[in-house]
Amino acid sequence: MGGRGRGVAAFSFNVEALGITRGSMPEARVGPNPLYPNTECKPVPLRDDEGEVYMLALKQEMRGTMQRLPHNIKPLAARVDVERYKERYNKQRQLDNDKWTPDWNLLPKELRPYVKRPVKPAEKKDGVEEEKSDDEKPKTKKTAEGEEEDVEEEYEEEEVEEENDYIDSYFSNGEEFGGASDDNMDTEATY
Amino acid sequence: MTVQETRLCGHLLREHFGEVVEKIGTQLLRSGAQNLRTIVSESGTPLDLVKKSLCVLMNHGACTFSSARKGPGSPVEYRASCERILRILRYPRFIYTAKTLYGDTGELIVEELLQRGHMAMSSIVKTVADRLTHNMEEGRSMEYSEVISTFSKLVETHFLQRCPPVSLSAPPPPAAPVGPGPSAAPVSTSPPTAESFPDCYSVPQVSMVGRGKHRRSGEDAGEDLGPSKVVKTGEQTHGDEGIYWQVNFERFHLHFRDQTIIGAVASKLDQTSSEIVRTMLRMSEVTTPPSASCTQALSANEIFRSLPANYSISRPILDQYLTLLVDDPMEFVGKSGDSGGGMFSVNLHRALKYLARATLESVVQERFGSRSARIFRLLLRKHHLEQKQVEDFAMIPAKEAKEMLYTLLSENLVLLQEIPKTPDHAPSRTFYLYTVNQLGTARMLLQTCYKTVANLIARRLFETKESKRLLEKSQRIEAIMASLQASGAEPEQLTEVEEMITATEKQQLESLRHHINKLDSAENQVDETIFLLNAYINSTARATR
Repeated sequence: MGGRGRGVAAFSFNVEALGITRGSMPEARVGPNPLYPNTECKPVPLRDDEGEVYMLALKQEMRGTMQRLPHNIKPLAARVDVERYKERYNKQRQLDNDKWTPDWNLLPKELRPYVKRPVKPAEKKDGVEEEKSDDEKPKTKKTAEGEEEDVEEEYEEEEVEEENDYIDSYFSNGEEFGGASDDNMDTEATY
Repeated sequence: MTVQETRLCGHLLREHFGEVVEKIGTQLLRSGAQNLRTIVSESGTPLDLVKKSLCVLMNHGACTFSSARKGPGSPVEYRASCERILRILRYPRFIYTAKTLYGDTGELIVEELLQRGHMAMSSIVKTVADRLTHNMEEGRSMEYSEVISTFSKLVETHFLQRCPPVSLSAPPPPAAPVGPGPSAAPVSTSPPTAESFPDCYSVPQVSMVGRGKHRRSGEDAGEDLGPSKVVKTGEQTHGDEGIYWQVNFERFHLHFRDQTIIGAVASKLDQTSSEIVRTMLRMSEVTTPPSASCTQALSANEIFRSLPANYSISRPILDQYLTLLVDDPMEFVGKSGDSGGGMFSVNLHRALKYLARATLESVVQERFGSRSARIFRLLLRKHHLEQKQVEDFAMIPAKEAKEMLYTLLSENLVLLQEIPKTPDHAPSRTFYLYTVNQLGTARMLLQTCYKTVANLIARRLFETKESKRLLEKSQRIEAIMASLQASGAEPEQLTEVEEMITATEKQQLESLRHHINKLDSAENQVDETIFLLNAYINSTARATR
């Protein structure tokens, strides 16, 4: 490098041979490219025929629906020290949401939620859940359509129950009775 | 999968399944196959949320699991499929296609399936019939049998297929017979494909009598009609438990591909020739395997017989059109023999290549102007050119041509190949040849498309976030209005509530809606380019294999 003089590019060959003259060298670069560079050509407008408009509506509807389906999993809410009025409604909504039970035959066993043995009323915190599991026990016995069926059903019920249980215990604020009574009444009505 | 794809997958998962699933999904995408314990510890998410997320992902086919990959007894491993998640972007198009082919019933069937991942036939039929009935006026309803017939048609044409039976430690459901799948092999790395078992497209016997119900009008609408079974919601068995159905994306893609080719012929030549190509494609739909690079050869006689009757094309005119199609520089249609009035086939691979090329050219044209596009086209046609030759052939002044060429080079649309005359690579004794690699450029453009969609979604989220308060307010006011109207309030009251949104706010809402529509529509339309480029890349990969 040394002794070649300043200002001249340090190439071992004649730069002009490539067709590059002094004037045609690009300008020195200062900093990274701009985040929103100027576009020389404006983008072409979007098509808006009937099909596109319909697909737009489908897309927006799909997005809305998917957010309401139980497949959309909400993160755990942070525990709050003060109970807010709206929580009661949120909780109700969450209960509705959790009514999806996948077919466990298609999934690995380890994904099934941990199963508690159902009849231990002393361990339960709230009366509603007790009543529910008591109600359901004779029902499963009555059906007796074969062992597999029985086990299957138990799994499903426990899944629902466990999730409800989980949510209730999470917001254990003594308001469960009002929130879950609908559910309870339903089970009673079948008898 | 690339950074752009993962980013887009993350956005899509979050929008459709919530942030927990996004977290688990992107982690699986980044790290490949993982077992449950690793997922939990690396994502720092509570165990039951991870379990639920995996269930959701598997329910939608976005994730597969394989057991005992590392020998018997090793934990089950989960693997997310990037390609499958990116399909979410195309959902509106699938649904719209089903609507155009099979009407509202087909639309709803596909929509329900896409929303829920997979479903049993009986529950689809029930839901769809209920939804259709809900939209009808009082007193009319949708028969289950009609929905079943549409469903069967969709299965017959392979737009729907059964989910492949699960082969793992858990015994498969007795209803779905297991074919000679890879379940026997202990080291099955690839998940079983849907077509690998024989019953894939057979509709089970379903005993369903009745009709859809209006949501409000009580439960007894179906009961008086069902002669044998008492309809009791949710308790009934229909004889198809354990058989789940999914949307066959490959079949939809074949349909899209055919439509694109037909459209291209229509705009290049005319409507009649596109009808001929449509007939050829429809005839070979059954006989040609989906991965073939060209359709089975059809004789002119066969084509003539299969032309739609209302399209009055006489035999000599058909021959002329076929000759025209064969002579066209696009070469979509090739001639492979003279028997039977000439044997013709549609060259699918070439058609895709041509269409992808046209896409690349138009991208260059819209971004860098028509003269740069001329240079680009020149290089595509002549393959390798020196700088001087480019300037001469393109008939552009040397200085401008140089600048355009360098811009294209810096954007990686054009490549530079050095060929040294002497081993010392001295620039003065080296040829510098410019060239375009169509496949590579298509791949690059595909990534740009993914980036574009991710940016569009990010922008939409930003716009929504910015005016969150406004949106909430308008929703609240709409709710109040609705409840007031239901209770039969005075018109003054209604206007009073309506005026709670000021004129400026109304204007803001309007422009927000406009922006969001535009962004959403752009997502849909970029996806068309994504589809075309993907089809081209896949078809080239198959052709060179």
